[in-house]
Amino acid sequence: MKENKSKILLQLFWATFTLSAFTFGGGFVIVSLMKKKFVEELKWLDENEMLDITAIAQSSPGPIPINASVILGYRMAGIMGTIVAILGTAIPPMVIISLISVFYSQFRENQIIATALQVMRVGVAAVIFDVVLNLAKNVWKTKKSFYIGMMVIAFLAAAIFDISAMLIILICLGIGIANVLISLTRKKGKKETGKL
Amino acid sequence: MIWRLFFSFIKVGLFSVGGGYAAIPLIQNQIVETHKLLSLEEFTDLITIAEMTPGPISINSATFVGTRLAGIPGALICTLGCILPSFFICLVLAHFYYKYRQLDEVQKVLSALRPAVVALIASAGLSILLLGIFGDAPAAFGNLRPVECVLFLAGFFLIRKYHLNAIQVIFGTGVVGTLIYAVL
Repeated sequence: MKENKSKILLQLFWATFTLSAFTFGGGFVIVSLMKKKFVEELKWLDENEMLDITAIAQSSPGPIPINASVILGYRMAGIMGTIVAILGTAIPPMVIISLISVFYSQFRENQIIATALQVMRVGVAAVIFDVVLNLAKNVWKTKKSFYIGMMVIAFLAAAIFDISAMLIILICLGIGIANVLISLTRKKGKKETGKL
Repeated sequence: MIWRLFFSFIKVGLFSVGGGYAAIPLIQNQIVETHKLLSLEEFTDLITIAEMTPGPISINSATFVGTRLAGIPGALICTLGCILPSFFICLVLAHFYYKYRQLDEVQKVLSALRPAVVALIASAGLSILLLGIFGDAPAAFGNLRPVECVLFLAGFFLIRKYHLNAIQVIFGTGVVGTLIYAVL
């Protein structure tokens, strides 16, 4: 059991470390890489759980990758897991930035580095599109026009109208709560008419 | 001075809701305007580096400012400040999430949220794709970069068909793309 836990901690550290070292472009990018790693490869979490973690990480203060690591680490191995996941996520940018802050001007003027960083963006995009395709397929499979509609509207709101992710999540949270309240009052109403 | 820095980055961690770009004005306010630890020019350089390199912008800034002002201990303390609020807040949220997530009502609320999260990830993917295939130029057909388009399609194909992992695809496009540009 003990050996098992240290194995999980080690895997957790290595996974967060490599993801963090290769991820640029903001919170949702690392979250989709986490989905690929922890849901598809390691099978530690189910897909819904990862989406919930994303929503929580996005709506809490602080850097999104760190927020997601805190929750993910806690899920896998409690507080110890959280600390390990934070270290894995924070160490690569710290090392990279410390090195670069010394060699900043050489770094900025180096054409090879600039090219590599530019082309890697499409690699990141390919990974995200793969993850999104799987996720969207599952929303589609629910065959519920309510969920599909929410997905399409939220996409248009974010991509075309540039509405912040935070606001979109809050609005959907409101819709979800309203939905539950409505069905609760309906149930209550039915019970009362049943009594009569 | 180092403790002043520590508290500045606690503030950045605590009040930047919604990710990297939300944190930039806060960092600027704390580091450039309030404490005058960096000049505006240095700060602009910092944001350029932070955007080019992996990792969250606020961690990058904390490390950069900390290293500049107090070496490695400075980097550690600033980064710690930036992480602490996340640590406590998300730990509490994670605790409640795992305690109550089995409840029917909670599941129902969350299931309304999930399609939107999928959409937000898609939108983030779209913007990084546009940055990739147009560079920093505006998105018009004439600015399309053919090498990047081919690399994107190849990467997407390989990942769908052969289930390559993320690091293989990202690192692979980096190496192949750099080589292609070196030959051209």
